[in-house]
Amino acid sequence: MAEIKLENLTKSYGDVEVLHHIEGDIKDGEFVVIVGPSGCGKSTLLRMVAGLEIVTSGEISINGAVVNDLEPADRDIAMVFQNYALYPHMTVRENMAYGLKIRKIPKDEINRRVNEVADILEIRDYLDRRPRQLSGGQRQRVAMGRAIVREPSVFLFDEPLSNLDAKLRVQMRLEIRKLQRRLGVTSIYVTHDQVEAMTLGDRLMVLNGGYVEQFGTPIELYERPATLFVAGFIGSPSMNFIPADIANGTVTLVNGVQLKTAVKSSRHVNLGIRPEHLTLDDAGVIKVKVDMLEQLGANTLIHGILQGATTPIVASLDGIQTAEIGSVLNFSVAPEILHLFDAETDKRI
Amino acid sequence: MVENRPIMTFITHLVLVLGVAMIALPIWITLVAASHDEVRMLQVPIPLWPGTHFVENLKQTLFGSGFSGDQTPVWRMMLNSLVMAMMISVGKISISLISAFAIVYFKFPFRMGFFWMIFITLMLPVEVRILPTFEVVANLGLLNSYWGLSIPLIASATATFMFRQVFLTIPDEMLESARIDGAGPMRFFWDILLPLSRTNIAALFVILFIYGWNQYLWPLLITTDTDMTTIVMSIKQMLESAEQTPQWNIIMMTAFLAMLPPILVVVGMQKLFVQGLTETDK
Amino acid sequence: MLKRVHFPSSPLPYLLVAPQIIVTLVFFMWPASQALYQSLLIEDAFGLSSEFVWFENFAALLDDEQYLSTFGRTAVFSSLVAFLSMSVALILAGFADRVVKGATMYRTLLIWPYAVAPVLAGALWVFMFNPTLGIFPYFLEMVGIKWNHYLNGRQAMGLVIGAAAWKQVAYNFLFYLAAMQSIPRSIIEAAAIDGAGPVKRFLTQTLPLISPTTFFLIVINVVYAFFETFGIIHVVTQGGPANATTILVYKVFNDGFVGLDLGGSAAQSVILMVIVIVMTVVQFRYVEKKVEY
Repeated sequence: MAEIKLENLTKSYGDVEVLHHIEGDIKDGEFVVIVGPSGCGKSTLLRMVAGLEIVTSGEISINGAVVNDLEPADRDIAMVFQNYALYPHMTVRENMAYGLKIRKIPKDEINRRVNEVADILEIRDYLDRRPRQLSGGQRQRVAMGRAIVREPSVFLFDEPLSNLDAKLRVQMRLEIRKLQRRLGVTSIYVTHDQVEAMTLGDRLMVLNGGYVEQFGTPIELYERPATLFVAGFIGSPSMNFIPADIANGTVTLVNGVQLKTAVKSSRHVNLGIRPEHLTLDDAGVIKVKVDMLEQLGANTLIHGILQGATTPIVASLDGIQTAEIGSVLNFSVAPEILHLFDAETDKRI
Repeated sequence: MVENRPIMTFITHLVLVLGVAMIALPIWITLVAASHDEVRMLQVPIPLWPGTHFVENLKQTLFGSGFSGDQTPVWRMMLNSLVMAMMISVGKISISLISAFAIVYFKFPFRMGFFWMIFITLMLPVEVRILPTFEVVANLGLLNSYWGLSIPLIASATATFMFRQVFLTIPDEMLESARIDGAGPMRFFWDILLPLSRTNIAALFVILFIYGWNQYLWPLLITTDTDMTTIVMSIKQMLESAEQTPQWNIIMMTAFLAMLPPILVVVGMQKLFVQGLTETDK
Repeated sequence: MLKRVHFPSSPLPYLLVAPQIIVTLVFFMWPASQALYQSLLIEDAFGLSSEFVWFENFAALLDDEQYLSTFGRTAVFSSLVAFLSMSVALILAGFADRVVKGATMYRTLLIWPYAVAPVLAGALWVFMFNPTLGIFPYFLEMVGIKWNHYLNGRQAMGLVIGAAAWKQVAYNFLFYLAAMQSIPRSIIEAAAIDGAGPVKRFLTQTLPLISPTTFFLIVINVVYAFFETFGIIHVVTQGGPANATTILVYKVFNDGFVGLDLGGSAAQSVILMVIVIVMTVVQFRYVEKKVEY
């Protein structure tokens, strides 16, 4: 069991800094998901914790001890790789036992542990097969098993589900979550998929361009995104942004429509409205010219353009709805769920 | 194929059978010559159909006082060839494996310098630098020894290149995973890298065994002691003495024995052979 | 080139490259530099003293008509060996590629000469063409051709070319067949649907598509003919009659070991090294091209 502390972590390749002053405390038993678009540095960060990348500056500590200069094997971690990285010439059993064998753990003990973990993951039947004889999902389980059998104090997951098909991904996602709860091992999980992040993580660290945009629970991120980026990244379909100005407690949208707000200062902003927060209302001031409908059964997505401007708007309505293409719909939105972001700093107001 | 005209199929097989016959003719004539007695082999025209003395010739060649008296028996020459071929192929594979491992998996000063140094050797076949190399071996006192026969031939850029290529295709995660599992460099090399390169090693072995067995000029120069004669180089002496004592049945039997092991290797391990050939010459 | 993650630095990598480097230094670099150095010296007839003469040896070579004609002879020899073995291999591969069943069997029967040492290939051919006993002179006599490659330079040249090409057919066949088999069937089928017959398809589709292999094989075959045919020449003709089959590699050996003209032989070695290096560079440029594919 372990706490992980990231302090002022920086990573550079030559002159190029790819991670900037990362801070974060991960509590014992917590499941933290690092999420962000590709190239944001999330894998690099994970690999620094694993000891596979050298820390340029700052400190990583596990259970209070700085591990910057420790070999990966000495950090008491286990890692599940995107392509599983199973040793192709070893059987499933040998794959799982390999790390234990190197640590000179007695044979009986190794066997006991491998069998136990194989039972948990229901891979007992494949123990004597080679990885290439297994399906993607089975390989995924073996990769997990290899990590679990080590009984590490930290699990590291590097996009472990991205090679699976959509259905299996959902299933494995749930299993990973259950397993982590059951074992209570501190875990860091990297993904670019925000749905995966929201469902798995106790807390999410949103990375963008090598900076931490926000570090919080899924609900915090959804309800109070700290930056324009987080607001756009979390939630599907993603948030609508309308350029606007605030003055004297009034927001004036780009098309001249005015809304009330509690914010007093005056400046350029971007107004964020989640598609699911738009409600049809004949008296609503947000007028949208309908471009296209997507009827998904449980809900209907209406794509359109803000009347009097060129800003695209998406609204998500419950159930099956219809609307003429080209017609104009009126929407309203509750003032307390409006998100305002400074147009210059992109920070939440 | 696209068409299914019987006449085309017939022509195809006809050409191929003719090709096979043309390619096989020299060895057929060798086998025929090796199966007749000495006297028959001096009559013109020489026979084109096998005789009955094959086993007898085989015995005489392998174990007899050999060809025209005082020569080393052929089994001894074959043994020399075998030792040389094995030393060359095992040696080449071993030193290439570890140097490719160092170059791919370690970062150390002069890494690229070493790489280029190995690369340059690729450019210089033994025939080109034969005189000074001979002097080096003579100065080291390695004439007439298995070491002298093999060591100068075991540095090879080709094999190092091939293993480098093989290692580069092994996913990085293998190493990362092994390091998390606690494997050190040599452990990783033995447990992961070697098993994963198994077929490449076997394929290369096939090629190098043939290369080693077929060495001619080098053994010719550095062995003067008849006990160290290899079977391939012995052919030349036999042909020379054929002017006086033409025992063609024995000469051709020796030639046959000299090419038998590499041919068996090629035919028996055809898949590995093809893989090895196309990999090393990339 | 290097793995993303590597082992921390330690003396280990030096130990691992050491054997390779030591062998390279002792048996490659040092001899090659010796050859370079010796090529600038002239030794007296007894090897007692030597004199530094700069490029005199090279100048002498370039003035030596015999050496220049050896160059020309090597060029003729190499191109004929390459052309002969490649065209036979191409034809056989073209037909073998058509065979649905038994292609592997034909391959097995055609590739084994690769395993035959050049010197043995020479021995087999010299036996088949032995002027008194050989089977071919016997048949040639019937049609009125007198065969004696010990006296006739042209015949001697023909014989070594034949032996050298025979051995190399296997190698070329293998590469041609592999190249043809890697052409997508759909291209050939499309050409057939467009109305091209087998011969036309071979000429307009297969041949252009395997041209990278042809280029690669030209380089390989020329290198082979330049260097690896030493054994064939040594056993079949010893460069004779009257130097009719002396090629560059044979001359280096002959002048150095038999004629004991160390400086001249070393200068020839250096020239050969330059040729090898040029060919290797050409070959590697080809490899790069192939990788880009």
